[in-house]
Amino acid sequence: MIGSKRICSPWRALSRLAFVLAAFVFNPVASFPQRRASGEELLVLPGEIGHSGGRLIVSLRAEPKTLNPLTSADAPSREVILGAMQADLVHINRETQLTEPALAKSWKVSPDHLHYTLKLRKGLRFSDGHPVDADDVLFTFRAYLDESLHSTQRNQLIIGGNPIAIRKVDAWTVVFELAKPYGAEERLFDGFVILPRHLLEKPYQDGKLAQAWSLSTTAKEWAGLGPFRLKEYVPGQRLVLERNPYYWKVDAKGNRLPYLDELDFLFVPNADAQVLRFQSGETDMISRLSAENFAALIRQQRGFTMTDAGPGLEYNFLFFNLNDLGGKSSPEITRKQKWFREVKFRRAVSLAVDREGIVRLVYQGRGAPLWGSVTPGNRRWVNASLAHPPRSIERARGLLREAGFSWASGTNEESTLMDSEGKPVEFSMLTSSSNAERTKMATLIQEDLKQLGMRVQVAPMEFRSLLDRVTQTKEYEACILGLVSFDADPTPDLNVWLSNGGTHLWSPSQAHPATPWEAEIDRLMEQQVGTPDYEQRKKLFDRVQEILWEYQPMIFLASPDILTGARKSVGNFRPAVLEPYVLWNVEQLYLKNDSVNATR
Amino acid sequence: MKLRRKISGWLVLLVILHAIVIFAGFFAPCDPAKQDRKSPYLPPMRLHFEDALGRFQTRPFVYSWKVREGTFDQYEEDTARPLPLKFFVRGHSYRLLGLLPSRLHLFGADNESVYLLGSDSYGRDQLSRFLYGGQVSLLAGLLGTGITLFLGLVVGSVAGYFGGWRDDLLMRIAELFLALPWLYLLFALRAFLPLAVSSLQAFFLIIAVLGAVGWARPARLVRGVVLSSKERDYVRAARGFGATDGYLLRLHILPQASSVLLTQAAILVPQFVLAEMTLSFLGLGVPEPVPSWGNLLSTLQRYSVLVSYWWMYLPALIMVPFFLGYLGLGSRLQKSDEPEKMERNALGALGDRI
Repeated sequence: MIGSKRICSPWRALSRLAFVLAAFVFNPVASFPQRRASGEELLVLPGEIGHSGGRLIVSLRAEPKTLNPLTSADAPSREVILGAMQADLVHINRETQLTEPALAKSWKVSPDHLHYTLKLRKGLRFSDGHPVDADDVLFTFRAYLDESLHSTQRNQLIIGGNPIAIRKVDAWTVVFELAKPYGAEERLFDGFVILPRHLLEKPYQDGKLAQAWSLSTTAKEWAGLGPFRLKEYVPGQRLVLERNPYYWKVDAKGNRLPYLDELDFLFVPNADAQVLRFQSGETDMISRLSAENFAALIRQQRGFTMTDAGPGLEYNFLFFNLNDLGGKSSPEITRKQKWFREVKFRRAVSLAVDREGIVRLVYQGRGAPLWGSVTPGNRRWVNASLAHPPRSIERARGLLREAGFSWASGTNEESTLMDSEGKPVEFSMLTSSSNAERTKMATLIQEDLKQLGMRVQVAPMEFRSLLDRVTQTKEYEACILGLVSFDADPTPDLNVWLSNGGTHLWSPSQAHPATPWEAEIDRLMEQQVGTPDYEQRKKLFDRVQEILWEYQPMIFLASPDILTGARKSVGNFRPAVLEPYVLWNVEQLYLKNDSVNATR
Repeated sequence: MKLRRKISGWLVLLVILHAIVIFAGFFAPCDPAKQDRKSPYLPPMRLHFEDALGRFQTRPFVYSWKVREGTFDQYEEDTARPLPLKFFVRGHSYRLLGLLPSRLHLFGADNESVYLLGSDSYGRDQLSRFLYGGQVSLLAGLLGTGITLFLGLVVGSVAGYFGGWRDDLLMRIAELFLALPWLYLLFALRAFLPLAVSSLQAFFLIIAVLGAVGWARPARLVRGVVLSSKERDYVRAARGFGATDGYLLRLHILPQASSVLLTQAAILVPQFVLAEMTLSFLGLGVPEPVPSWGNLLSTLQRYSVLVSYWWMYLPALIMVPFFLGYLGLGSRLQKSDEPEKMERNALGALGDRI
């Protein structure tokens, strides 16, 4: 088994496409920043010095389903938990995309890459004032690894087929033992938040840990190490967080972070409504803006800082149904699969797609055309030598001719593409009806392929039923989807590229690789995961990108820029291209103008 | 005869408007599906009679748009490139009434597209899409209305005339249809349908759905009319002379329902055109790139379109005369019908009590 990886479950990965958020409730215990105690090993953050106070309001597209980091799988829960309420041992800086010490002040990797020794910061406290030590870390990883809890992140801790072993050396030192070297090394620890043993050990022993920390949790039963702690949850409306007075970061002048007194998440279920709330001043920051809304907000010139953070890690693609259906599906699809399996057919489609047109019309130029899965936003991993052939209908027609297709002239001056059996080439293309951008891409591609004589019908569909068709029933012909990588490193996307992966969308969860090139990708990816050297890993992953380009199981289309906005009064607003786009430095955000807050 | 004069104004308006839509190929300057990817969201071109030097031109002309530097969708008139409008020009090919191939268009400019109502997010001509879309939407509205009224007439007259358990059964079914949450049912229906619905299939699907959903209300109205008129003296007299049920319904009772049906028709057509938009949103409508009024209106759901591109409202504005025509016609029919109806209502109420 290919264990050493961070697999994103298909749901988790795909649910990122339909983003959402939510809220909570807490005790009005005064939360003034605690005076710095002696022996506290705090992290000093460089950057602009802000001043304390104020409330920041952002919107979430749905309520979080839980506050329990072990069981959270939906995007809103993870945004709230990871973005504001909890902290991990080693953290990936969303701006530099490199790892940084977090709760662990330092780490050491043994020469054989099998032992990681992490030193914890001394003197830290949870948001309820209880001290943190190595036992909390041990408890946390025991919980993550406990099969009965079904943690969504558990499989990331299975490396080389064996679960990671954790050993306590002293109260401030833990050692993680891996069965095999892990290519992404300490990036492994990002996203594993340290849980308070003093609160959760009892539910754990009672077998109730999976149910603990639901949204109805009171502030007293909850504690974390993030910049904010639970204050109040109003169902259907908002989650209110307040400053964690024991937070372990300080600014360059020694002021304890975060600057803000309160962070509110409003639940606003639709993108246009979020824009309206932001525009009317009800929320302070907004992310995941569509290019059209971004342009509309810029035009209004109302004292917003609108920032285009550049290409993100979202890649949109078209893929065909290449599953081995074994005759149980409709003969219609099986017949069309003969075209889809023809590499020249897929290459011809790829050549005919007007990627520049997609970037211009769908993203208003705020995006990048894609010829591979790695976006230009991922500078460390993109294969710069990948060919970027310009759109060419003629070359596409040439490829189709070589593959035995021909054209019959139709009634309306338009020719129809015929396969070798004389049947017209017609297929349907699924898109998510809630995603206006991808539906628009579908309409553009429909027109592009018409120039090849293909007749494409766009079938917009509710997102859940679409996923069901693609991953379960496999009753579809072609589909447009997008994926967002969690991390710049290719390892979290393993599930997409390995042929037995659940998000290997064109033909998921194969028992054996169906084609030699899929087998080759499997081999390269597994090798990449077990190689600690970046240069070598890059070479292996470059080759994967080349194979994908050669065989086009996914026809990559375009990647949107991360478009964000904030009121001018928000200080330290520095959106990143990794999630959470605007909240990654929430502890450093501050409000510049006190009069603005006074009116709230 | 008085009635005819009253409704004729509205009728003429509707006939003219429908003629334009029927001959959309001739009136539309562009192919409604043709994308011009360099010109998304072009504002409407203004008609000019005076050129840049202030000279009056007998032939109206427009200026083409050029993108303002550094923007995506901000255009300015390119006064160096006037496009004189020509009439009866040859352009893209189409089939007049779906039969006669033709290339003749009312107006156009040499080898250039003229966007009198601006263009949409794909750079397609809004005016052409409006005209072609009208064919789909109005036909769906009219056919849907036809089916609805036919069903309503049959159910209503059977229930009203024969009464008893048939009446109970049919009216309970009608109530059920009125109470059903249609939107959710349609969602469920969509899941059972094949994935790719071609435009033609989608069109007939819309008509079927509209017809099936709407019949209950007209059926109840017709039943009311039938119920009251079957007790009238002349109907009783005719029955006394041995007239059959079919004869009575055909000659004496249903003519009474005609005005109700006409009024209903005038109200239902615009309603169904709007319903078509809802269906398009659910993926049950006419799929892209075929235009329909529903598709045109659905872009207005987006915030950015609402605040940035005012010309996207124009299709909604031009739909107004169509709907006004139908509603005007409907209210005329209703008014002309009123004295008789009042009498009938009074009698009907009396009859119910007896």
